[in-house]
Amino acid sequence: MDLHTIETVLRPRDRGDLPEWRAGDACLAGGTWLFSQPQPDLRRLVDLAALGWPPHRIDADGLTLSATCTLGDLEALDLPAAWIAAPVIGACCRALLGSFKIRHVATVGGNLCLALPAGPIIALAVAMEATCLLWAPDGTERRLPALGLVLGPQRTALAPGEILRSLHLPAAALSRRAVLRRASLTPNGRSGALLIGTLAMDGAFALTVTASVKRPVRLAFPAVPGRGALIRALDAALPDDLIHDDVHGRPDWRRHTTGALAGEIRDALEAGA
Amino acid sequence: MRLTVNGHAHDLATRPGQCLRTALREAGWFGVKKGCDAGDCGACTVHLDGEPVHSCLVPAFRAEGRAVTTIEGLSGPCRAGDAPRAEHPMQAAFLGAQGFQCGFCTPGMIMTAAALDQGRRADLGDALKGNLCRCTGYRAIREAVAGAGQDGGDGAGQDGGDGADQDGGDGAGAPGRDLPAPAASLVVAGAARFTFDLPEAGTALRLKVLRSPHAHARVTAIDTAPALAIPGVVAVLTHADAPPGRFSTGRHQDPRDDAADTRVLDPILRFVGQRVAAVVAETEAAAEAGVRALALAVRYEIRPALLDPARALEPDAPRVHDAADRPGEDAPPLLAHPNLAAEVHGEVGDVAAGLAEAACVYEGEFHSQRLQHAHLETHGCLGWRDADGRLTLRSSTQVPFLTRDAVCALFGLGRDEVRVLCGRVGGGFGGKQEMLTEDLVALAVLRTGRPVTWELTRREQFAATTTRHPMRVRVKVGARADGRLTALALDVLSDTGAYGNHAGGVIHHGCNEVLAAYSCPNKRVDGHAVYTHTLPAGAFRGYGLSQTVFALESALDEVARRLGIDPFDLRRINAVRPGEAMVSHSLEPHDVVFGSYGLDQCLMLAQEALAADPGPAPEPGWRAGTGMAMAMIDTIPPRGHFAEARASLDADGTYLIRVGTAEFGNGAHTVHRQLAARALSAAPETIRIAGADTDAVGHDTGAYGSTGTVVAGTAVLRAAQALAGAILARAAEGMGVDPAACRIDGAAVATPHGPVPLAALAPLDAPGRADGTPRSVAFNVQAFRVAVHPASGQVRILRSVHAADAGYVINPRQCRGQVEGGVAQAIGAALYEDLRLDAHGRVETDAFRSYHIPACADVPDTQVLFARTHDSVGPLGAKSMSESPFNPVAAALGNAIRDATGARLAATPFAPDRIFRAVAEACRAGG
Repeated sequence: MDLHTIETVLRPRDRGDLPEWRAGDACLAGGTWLFSQPQPDLRRLVDLAALGWPPHRIDADGLTLSATCTLGDLEALDLPAAWIAAPVIGACCRALLGSFKIRHVATVGGNLCLALPAGPIIALAVAMEATCLLWAPDGTERRLPALGLVLGPQRTALAPGEILRSLHLPAAALSRRAVLRRASLTPNGRSGALLIGTLAMDGAFALTVTASVKRPVRLAFPAVPGRGALIRALDAALPDDLIHDDVHGRPDWRRHTTGALAGEIRDALEAGA
Repeated sequence: MRLTVNGHAHDLATRPGQCLRTALREAGWFGVKKGCDAGDCGACTVHLDGEPVHSCLVPAFRAEGRAVTTIEGLSGPCRAGDAPRAEHPMQAAFLGAQGFQCGFCTPGMIMTAAALDQGRRADLGDALKGNLCRCTGYRAIREAVAGAGQDGGDGAGQDGGDGADQDGGDGAGAPGRDLPAPAASLVVAGAARFTFDLPEAGTALRLKVLRSPHAHARVTAIDTAPALAIPGVVAVLTHADAPPGRFSTGRHQDPRDDAADTRVLDPILRFVGQRVAAVVAETEAAAEAGVRALALAVRYEIRPALLDPARALEPDAPRVHDAADRPGEDAPPLLAHPNLAAEVHGEVGDVAAGLAEAACVYEGEFHSQRLQHAHLETHGCLGWRDADGRLTLRSSTQVPFLTRDAVCALFGLGRDEVRVLCGRVGGGFGGKQEMLTEDLVALAVLRTGRPVTWELTRREQFAATTTRHPMRVRVKVGARADGRLTALALDVLSDTGAYGNHAGGVIHHGCNEVLAAYSCPNKRVDGHAVYTHTLPAGAFRGYGLSQTVFALESALDEVARRLGIDPFDLRRINAVRPGEAMVSHSLEPHDVVFGSYGLDQCLMLAQEALAADPGPAPEPGWRAGTGMAMAMIDTIPPRGHFAEARASLDADGTYLIRVGTAEFGNGAHTVHRQLAARALSAAPETIRIAGADTDAVGHDTGAYGSTGTVVAGTAVLRAAQALAGAILARAAEGMGVDPAACRIDGAAVATPHGPVPLAALAPLDAPGRADGTPRSVAFNVQAFRVAVHPASGQVRILRSVHAADAGYVINPRQCRGQVEGGVAQAIGAALYEDLRLDAHGRVETDAFRSYHIPACADVPDTQVLFARTHDSVGPLGAKSMSESPFNPVAAALGNAIRDATGARLAATPFAPDRIFRAVAEACRAGG
């Protein structure tokens, strides 16, 4: 929709062009959320696409995604065969509520920084133990585990003016077996629970819980736990006030479904171990 | 900004925060629609360098130097305003399959479909999840995309119910055949002109309203100065500017049917979202800025609010319409409680005695939720004074004539001083049987003297227009061991929200056919429609019946189970039959007759089809079950429904049919063309239909109550028959022969002395009229087989069958589409949709991403079967079939879930998060 209060669009060519941050500024990546609802408090858009960041880089260390990499680009990546977690990357891209037309425009960084509980790239980043590279307005940088980026619904650890530059998914994580399970109130709807389990070569099991919770939760075990132990661990990690509640699923169903999906993931990974 | 649009260089002036859609529409590319403005519905889809995108989400500046293709350019390079072309294979496929009804979503649907590769086409549920259609139910769209829609003749060609080969099919476009919609080629070309698809809409002043943040408050002060100080703001309208008169947004033939309780702008605010004041400005940006400034300049006295309808009639409940707020006005009619908007009570026989003699008594309480119509074109209106100074309103409405009358009454204008007309209307479903924008636009035009446009945002559509009436229905059923019903009783509480539009009509209609459908000596109804401080309910497809049918048909399913009787048989035992009186809850005479009776056929068709093909086996771990429900509906609303038509023969030997009724995807104009073609022995393409304009005919009650065929169609048929008579008379006179010896034969009249060209007989003109009485009854039977996951509460439809008695089916494919669309909308209502209010009465679900209407993946194909009957009332034996398919669906689904799991679900929607506990417990208990 038209954002009538926008007076200026800045199109920086490099980091030096980035403006001094002020109230009413917003970073524009894909624009799929920004242009989807009124933004009466905004006056200025900073177009990150103008920075021309290469969308992705694959090397021995892992996969580096620019914040401006689209979900469509990510979904289409041809990844090394050793990265057996790859199928969950595509599954996360397709877990977006929006259609393929949105995926072609929506960005990895936008999905993370919007910090909706159902954001599938949040699940991917946490499950793959990704590290975020953040650009501070003063020219410095810092790194933050993806798990620490999202603090709650539409709330992140980004300081005012801080920009998510990129996301690094380490090769070690990408080389684990990974299983994704998702539940929604409608066949292709917004996730009410989205869980990813991973199993490392050394038998370590980790479970990332998103969408049913206000911020991502990651449980790690040295080995695949029994079903009972897993459910007990989940219950301990998910107090009632951490369960998300909105029109996409009532809290009791989210909790119930989270347990059921966790069990399915556990069984699937154990069966393949 | 330079870019290429449809093959030609364009230089567009864009604004910093502008999206591509508005830039394209400002350049005259009206095929790019605004459906949601949020990237959910896909109506604005264009190709950007060949990739399909939601143009409402693309910042306009990002199109610089790139190539944009809109629906207008899909067939090849073109300039805005060029003759429409629809040569792309996907346009041809949508034309062939008639993959649209109202057509508002169609350009975006085609642009998306045209961009799918083979891989994406294999999973249309995923590929089309960003394109919403509210009308069709997607079957016709899937067929179009699959390219299978070339032969339209296979429309409803099912065993025993094929309407396509009914008698009298004497030509490709004749009644009984699948004539395409007259506007079909324009719709697929993106050239059909909806309400705002004209350049004038872009240059008119923009109107925006400030809406109430409170459920109940009184405006104590408004300072308009800050808003007026904003550059571009032309006027600010408050309750001080509004006419003092009250009206109802709900429109009926008799305006007294709805309480006059609404002002154009009212200092008393009765729901979150009510208009507080309006800002009229040169641009949308200025209007919005004016509204923001105004928001800070209004003082409210906040009052206690009544949000719970169950509390409405308590003595100390906050009053929604307090006589103390209307000093000096006549007191409203004395009702038992000021929050009582309407009531209905009646009993025939003795329900207590009937229950006493019953072998089985079932009692239950059922809840039906608020629903949004979610037509893809929001409400909106463009107003101006024409060259003669006449107030002219181009509106997205189902009721142009009743709106004209309401505007006249409100502003003290004569009927010759106001004209209301429609473009093509982008869906209605009852939502546009209201005056929700025209009154305020009229005020703004009268005040400013300039053209004014007001197009509701999707958010406003959800948060501040009308909904289905939420209802709590308590039902009691008594039956003998042989299945004969001994008593039926309904106790209904309907929440009409802050205003009484349709409160009475809906509660009366909702308590009528549901009972009249069954032959039972003892029946009772107690119904109350109450005011609350919530957004107003209004007319909605089914008009009260969907809620009561859900309750009664669920209850009857339980009775059948307890008695060990097949649910189809229970209906056969008890359904009303010709020869019996149709009685709901009173013995007062009425004008409803069995014009034809096809319920027995519908029951058999649905039962046999489900038995013949129960659908796929459920996945391991899922429980399968079947369920059915039926519904009856009067073919015409009561208390008068009038239509006029004029048929004329023009100098070029072609025909023009003028009707008052609007085309909003119901297909009325297609049927009108077919009816006229029959009467005039003419090829359909020689007949033009012009409608929905108060200048066209003298009066038309409107396109509601499923009257497009049975009332307006009757008027068209009569006008065309009268014209045919006049043509024959003139030809016979000229040739000196007996008119009875003449007949119209294509472009000429055949006489014993040789042919007379039609053009030689022009001009001729004849009127036709229909008064909507007597009325008949139509029937619908829905059957499902479903699979339910016992742990997660997910429901999947394995098989859907719908049998309908629409009388003689004038256009089988189109009628099938009405049924499919009604079933799909009802599946949304039964499984997903819920217009939720928060604790303060604010609508939480104000976007398609929070109010989920069925997308392609959510709706299975429904097999549609037609009974073969010929109605004695409707034109050529036809009956209505727009609203009624909606009505039995929720109960049929609930009954199937009950069969699968043992859980009797008493509240819609049956969403997994709401039903998983009940389903899991029932499955455990049932083993």
